[in-house]
Amino acid sequence: MSTTEHATDDVTARRGKAPAGEKIADWADGRLGIYGLAKANMRKIFPDHWSFMLGEICLYSFVIIILTGVYLTLFFHPSMQEVTYSGPYVPLQGIRMSEAFNSTMNISFEVRGGLLIRQIHHWAALVFLAGMFVHMMRVFFTGAFRKPREVNWLFGFLLFVLGMFTGFTGYSLPDDLLSGTGVRFMEGAILSVPIVGTYLSFFLFGGQFPGNDFVSRFYSIHILLLPGIMAGLLVAHLILVFYHKHTQFAGPGKNEKNVVGMPLLPVYMAKAGGFFFLVFGVIAIIAAIASINPIWEFGPYRPDQVSTGAQPDWYMGFSEGLIRAMPGWEINFWGHTLQLGVFIPLGLLFPAVLTVIAIWPFLESWVSGDKREHHILDRPRNAPVRTGFGVGWITWYMVCLIGGGNDILATHFHLSINDVTWFVRIAFFVAPVLAFIVTKRVCLGLQRRDRDKVLHGRETGVIKRLPHGEFIEIHEPLDQGKVFTLTAHEQPAPAEIGPEVDENGVERKVDPLTKLRAKLAEGMYGEGSHIPKPTPEEHAEITSGHGHH
Amino acid sequence: MSSEPGSHEDMSEDNLPSERAHDAHHGAVAVAGDAFADPGLPAHLPRRQDLDEQAAKHSERVVAGLFVLSMLATIGFIASYVTLKPGKIVYIFPVGHVSALNFALGLTLGLALFCIGAGAVHWARTLMSDVETPAERHPIEASPEVRAQVIADFKQGAAESQFGRRKLIRNTMFGAMAMVPLSGLVLLRDLGPLPGKSLRTTAWRKGMTLINPNTNLPLRPEDITTGSLTFAQPPGLSEDDDDFQDVIAKAALMIVRIEPDEIKDKRELDWGHQGIVAFSKICTHVGCPISLYEQQTHHVLCPCHQSTFDLADGGRVIFGPAGHALPQLRISVNGSGYLEALGDFAEPVGPSFWERG
Amino acid sequence: MKKLSARRRHPLAALVVLLFALAATGGLYAAFAPADKAQADTSSQSLAIQEGQKLYSVGCATCHGTSGKGTKTGPSLVGVGSAAVDFQVGTGRMPAQQQGPQIPEKKAIYNQAQVDQLAAYIASLGPGPVKPTSQQYSPDGADIANGGQLFRTNCSQCHNASGKGGALTEGKYAPSLENAPPKYIYEAMLTGPQNMPSFPDSTMPQKDKKDIIAYLGATDSDKAANPGGLELGGIGPVSEGLFGWVFGLGALIALAIWVATHTTKARKS
Repeated sequence: MSTTEHATDDVTARRGKAPAGEKIADWADGRLGIYGLAKANMRKIFPDHWSFMLGEICLYSFVIIILTGVYLTLFFHPSMQEVTYSGPYVPLQGIRMSEAFNSTMNISFEVRGGLLIRQIHHWAALVFLAGMFVHMMRVFFTGAFRKPREVNWLFGFLLFVLGMFTGFTGYSLPDDLLSGTGVRFMEGAILSVPIVGTYLSFFLFGGQFPGNDFVSRFYSIHILLLPGIMAGLLVAHLILVFYHKHTQFAGPGKNEKNVVGMPLLPVYMAKAGGFFFLVFGVIAIIAAIASINPIWEFGPYRPDQVSTGAQPDWYMGFSEGLIRAMPGWEINFWGHTLQLGVFIPLGLLFPAVLTVIAIWPFLESWVSGDKREHHILDRPRNAPVRTGFGVGWITWYMVCLIGGGNDILATHFHLSINDVTWFVRIAFFVAPVLAFIVTKRVCLGLQRRDRDKVLHGRETGVIKRLPHGEFIEIHEPLDQGKVFTLTAHEQPAPAEIGPEVDENGVERKVDPLTKLRAKLAEGMYGEGSHIPKPTPEEHAEITSGHGHH
Repeated sequence: MSSEPGSHEDMSEDNLPSERAHDAHHGAVAVAGDAFADPGLPAHLPRRQDLDEQAAKHSERVVAGLFVLSMLATIGFIASYVTLKPGKIVYIFPVGHVSALNFALGLTLGLALFCIGAGAVHWARTLMSDVETPAERHPIEASPEVRAQVIADFKQGAAESQFGRRKLIRNTMFGAMAMVPLSGLVLLRDLGPLPGKSLRTTAWRKGMTLINPNTNLPLRPEDITTGSLTFAQPPGLSEDDDDFQDVIAKAALMIVRIEPDEIKDKRELDWGHQGIVAFSKICTHVGCPISLYEQQTHHVLCPCHQSTFDLADGGRVIFGPAGHALPQLRISVNGSGYLEALGDFAEPVGPSFWERG
Repeated sequence: MKKLSARRRHPLAALVVLLFALAATGGLYAAFAPADKAQADTSSQSLAIQEGQKLYSVGCATCHGTSGKGTKTGPSLVGVGSAAVDFQVGTGRMPAQQQGPQIPEKKAIYNQAQVDQLAAYIASLGPGPVKPTSQQYSPDGADIANGGQLFRTNCSQCHNASGKGGALTEGKYAPSLENAPPKYIYEAMLTGPQNMPSFPDSTMPQKDKKDIIAYLGATDSDKAANPGGLELGGIGPVSEGLFGWVFGLGALIALAIWVATHTTKARKS
């Protein structure tokens, strides 16, 4: 008994003498269990690579958007009540506009710093979406989406899609001529939905377009519904990143069972924390020097006015391209109209372009039959089919973006807008295929180079003349770390279906799905899709025989 | 290693990534004979700052300098906020004539933030330890014992609930759960009125004069010269009206005059007046106001998606994604010599919809 | 003739025409300017028509025909009026360098005196819109906000809400109105050059035109303020997106590389 008492005293005594910071931590630990959390995470290791910070760009711009967005809600009035402008901007004085537009003018011209916060908010949104795009591509091309991270890939994908719609509802709020045109476009798109389109449109807009409701409705979607879901997904995304531990590139001392890097405290606390300020600083400086969405130039929205060069923000541009390139198909039957010219690009192709990249991880693991965890990243060249597919997808996306900006392209490069549109129509089908073929070739070429490097060493650029007059370039053998890095990747063989007849000569039934899978696997991992990497035996043979050219 | 690649299905279900992982633990010394073996983490090399206190001191000064600069920038931010008027425009090369306040606030805020970030990163890169250490990964999948335990627990719980045995409870619960969201769906009904016929009609009625929005006066045929472009709206419409936006969104008109012998479509000629024809200004694709009228070709282009209509041929679509021709409004001249509508459009204006027919 | 038209596109052709023009101007000015003040209006008018006709037959008749009735390559000029000539020749669109979807603006070949003579000659072919006086197009005292409203109703569909121009069909385009002189804006609205429709006084009264000119002067000139900073071409989200990618994300990736790379190691000595 006395020993326990003694022990308790001891603890109290120790805690009594502890510095204030520790005391607070002790207090919190007794209630929240923070030491347990900290033990696992405080010295958590993060590998260093610039491309691993792309996600941080997204995270930080999201935080910046939330901070500035909250500020903007203090001044913005989400109302379509018509008022007459009487602020300081002369070219709009006396013009009728909605309260939403009026309050945005107030933020831009009368609230000190309001314009800056508006511009930071909008620039950060562009950077957020661009960052997500590049981050996603990094994850894709390095195969970081493979088990166990497929779910996190989906979370990230959803964040990208929700980010697009949050952006759309956001830039529609000021009710200016440009964004109003975008909203009209959205209304037309909803109307094209078969059977229920007209009803959906009337419910969204509270009646006929434009009505008096869409700004306030978009407002709650923009500031509450979508960001709420996104915040949840973001937290889940980050928890999974911590839980899975970060992936890493192959290298000496790095393998599937470890992660090599520097600890969260202090290095990543400083680097990642500092990076937040860098991101915020850069976006603030951009907002200081470059104007974005100057609504006073567009004027308030009126459904009978329009400005040429009517484009959405970049992340919606691909849908704009899809619809611009689409031929005007419309079917009338039994008193109904099916507007394929709008419904195909927006109802079918728009989701298709996005979904095809979203389901890749599942497609790839189905084809490869690979059920193992992967923590070492692929170099894009070592997965030529995947890389080719990714580049093809980006090409597809870019073609759509070109279509979305066809008028700007036409005027700035002195082209005919009809020619640009025809180019997009053809490139939509041709360019991704070409991109795939070219990329795969390039990847195989790079694999060949890696193989040569491993087997014959690095080209030194030093030319040596042999006694009999021949000139050769001296190749310097790579150090073992390099050799290891260049040979660390796997070259899985495609799954086989097995013989078509069993041992008794009876035809075996193979279901078509398995056949398809075998075909795909052959395309992805078969002979044509990799250069056999050197084996230690080959290496040994060549090194021992070195000099006998 | 993968020099003997095989189908993955042949490999063990064990989620250990590859054989390489087994033999290449951190620090493993290269196996003699295998030139491709993992040599292990390279030895840590010190930075100048680790060896030379002078260099470390220099880094410290740079970091502190950045933090001080940030403080100064924040003071600058506050000073700009207090001293500069929002309306003040200054010329700054090469940016242009910009708001002095926006420029000053943005730069000082940006600098204040950037310097904190740059300082922290420089600190981390030059002064904090840069020794790379490995941390072990742990398998994510539960051990077979844990898995068995969880499944057993679940089965026990399910059995204790009698969920599987008392089907009546189960089925009615599913029914209730399936039905209760209907209330939420029903609540959405009042988001808007039903469409009814409202998309089929516009404000145009027989005998309405065509009002020029520029002057707010009715148009006469002689006002409209060949090659000109004029817009029109129904009479009595004012921007102050509650439903102005809804009305103009469907009723906006575009009026051009084409030499009658250039008009290829007979109905178009009949529905106009001496070559003056009135078309809906709203694109039949998704409803952008078109009116990029080329007076020599009589083509009109939509700025949103480049649907092109031929106003000399009944508003036919000649390029782009629009699915049908621009609706034309029948016009004539009334007794006082003003242009008037002979009724509403014969078909719905604007984008197509399911019930359009 | 064929030879001439082939050489018309020679790089030096413009220079030759320009030299001719300069010589002609200098000569004309020396000959008439000082002494003409006393002459009656009518006679100076008829003189201008004569001189205009001379200029016309050298620079314009190839396409528009010797009597201005037009040919396959150029429309009739009967009834286009002096305003159209002042706009087309004054902005350098005419004489055209080559056929194409649209004749672009370029450096004017004729000086104002010659343009006026040409205009006088063309106006003599048939009645048409008359070149405006400075009082007609001067934006002084005009209603800028009303001009903005009119601009968005009548003009921005082609010329863009901030007047930066935009694409039309088959390679045609609406030019940028940035820094466009009031006179030419007025004349363009009045006459409808090339594929631009006209906005005659009967549907868009003089006062409205002045308002539009005042609006453009206030918002679309070098002196106009862009409170937010760089205008980025004034063409909206396309250039904003490009800027965001290149300078926003570009700068951040550069910084990420700096953050993630290891500090230089001390050389082993």
